[in-house]
Amino acid sequence: MSASGVRVKNLFPSNGSQPVEYRRIYVWELPVRAYHWINALALVALCITGYLIGAPVRAFYAAEAYQQYWFGWVRFIHFLAAFVYVFNFLARLYWGFVGNKYAKWTSFIPLKSAQRKEIVDVIKADVLETKLHGPISTGHNALAGLIYFFTFLAFVFQTITGFALYSSMSSSWLPRMFTWVVPLMGGEFGVRFWHHLFLWFFVSFVIVHVYLAFYHDYIEGRGTISSIVGGWKFDRVKNDK
Amino acid sequence: MGQSIWQSMEQKGYSRRDFLQFCAAAAAAAGLGQSGVAQVTAAFDKKEKPAAVWMHFQECTCCSESFIRASHPIVLDALLDVLSLNYSETLMAASGFQAEKSLNDTIQNNKGKYIVLVEGAVPTHDGGVYCMIGGKTAESILQTVAKDAAAVVAWGSCASNGCVQAAKPNPTGATPIYKLVDKPVINVPGCPPIADVMMAVVTHLLVLGQVPALDSQNRPKEFYGRRVHDTCYRRPNYDAGLFVESWDDDGARKGYCLYKMGCKGPVTYNACSVVRWNEGTSYPIQSGHGCIGCSETGFWDNGPFYQHLPSFPGFGIESTADTVGTVIGAATLAGIAAHAVVTSVRKQKVIAEVHAEEQKES
Repeated sequence: MSASGVRVKNLFPSNGSQPVEYRRIYVWELPVRAYHWINALALVALCITGYLIGAPVRAFYAAEAYQQYWFGWVRFIHFLAAFVYVFNFLARLYWGFVGNKYAKWTSFIPLKSAQRKEIVDVIKADVLETKLHGPISTGHNALAGLIYFFTFLAFVFQTITGFALYSSMSSSWLPRMFTWVVPLMGGEFGVRFWHHLFLWFFVSFVIVHVYLAFYHDYIEGRGTISSIVGGWKFDRVKNDK
Repeated sequence: MGQSIWQSMEQKGYSRRDFLQFCAAAAAAAGLGQSGVAQVTAAFDKKEKPAAVWMHFQECTCCSESFIRASHPIVLDALLDVLSLNYSETLMAASGFQAEKSLNDTIQNNKGKYIVLVEGAVPTHDGGVYCMIGGKTAESILQTVAKDAAAVVAWGSCASNGCVQAAKPNPTGATPIYKLVDKPVINVPGCPPIADVMMAVVTHLLVLGQVPALDSQNRPKEFYGRRVHDTCYRRPNYDAGLFVESWDDDGARKGYCLYKMGCKGPVTYNACSVVRWNEGTSYPIQSGHGCIGCSETGFWDNGPFYQHLPSFPGFGIESTADTVGTVIGAATLAGIAAHAVVTSVRKQKVIAEVHAEEQKES
């Protein structure tokens, strides 16, 4: 038994009811965890303020406009969170090339047949609640990786449309780079519509993501939830005695 | 022909003082300021009266109606006078063959020098039969007049982006002018455009003999550079989160922001809130109605005037992205709840098995 090894009882024993040996593995490096939580905070802030921008509520009483700047703050938080989220995302892209193997860009795109097989396996385990056949990846499982890849595409789409909408009220170079999007999507009506629609993609994503994180914490039984705080997961040690 | 603007005004009995006043007004209208007056005066003193033809295609003439209500009568009078408006179905006295002759003469005698002002879209389906004048299709007329023009101006949303004719399903194949002619077109959208904006664009062409600075959609930057929302006098209410919630509520009486009533000010580029209409009297938002975004491309297809997000296609008139999103979100939650229940039941079984095993072992 290795120094960091622990013996726990597996809830899904695959080798009868023999005790299984687990090993601690450092999976999520600090930049990955920082990205995750900054992204989570920014995303929640963006979704809430974004929804409010689409359907504003009168939060406080005021008779005259000069007494308040409530909606201005909502929009300010949205723009601020957007900048945080974009640069955080760029940092994560960089880390996808220099980080450890669990952070590598290859875990997000199923180029290998093993990844594609795992996707089918995980879909079955998630939807039909069957038992996992093969060993599931220690980092992102292949299905999760692919879904994250789709969310990255959605990130890019929201970034482009968001900056395009923002460009009309800014003279700074970054948003001005996206002015071309507006005529392409048939004016700001269209940009705003698509930007708003994708809000719901993120809402759905957050619901499913949080649920599946808990679900996998249970079926895999190796600290999925705690790993995104501390970075460590457990991996089963092969013992074919 | 051949006369300068000053000569023509002098003939009509205007004094030199009137002329200078006109030059100052024209300079202001073209956005030149005090220092530009000398430039304008010099130009109008010597420059030949430019010939102009005003074409009407698929339109409602609201652009012409707007134009003749410009708030600087002296500029308007003078412009209509000095412009040598040689052809305009609405305003000219000639008709029939005389009118056709006037158009042809203008083109022949002013090659490369005349200005074409186009009001209306051009139908392209079925050989262009949906708009014909004097036995010729609008498209062939447009090609003839635009070929040797010094500048082409597209008046209004019809000519700039198709407006109502080009709204889905666009049965006549109505097409904006810039897609048909192979030279740059100045788009002056709006349904109609603001009279003073039209005036200023024409003045700019006359005074400087060049096209004003245009944005990516070929609209004069000076007037279409900012959103109605950016210069709206109700904007502080938007920032404060004070909105009209329904017509005739207290907020409406207090002049709160019309955003939630579907005001398209935040997505519409125009000068309404600065220049205003009818001699600067008012503009839609000031009159208590939201902006409908009439100067934006495809505004007819961008859904109900009284909600600010377009309807979601294929889900009925009233469903917006939010209703669709809420349904998707709720369905996801329901699916997850069902999944969680199943998981929980199965988990209880596993726990029971493990317990049984442990008891056996101990």
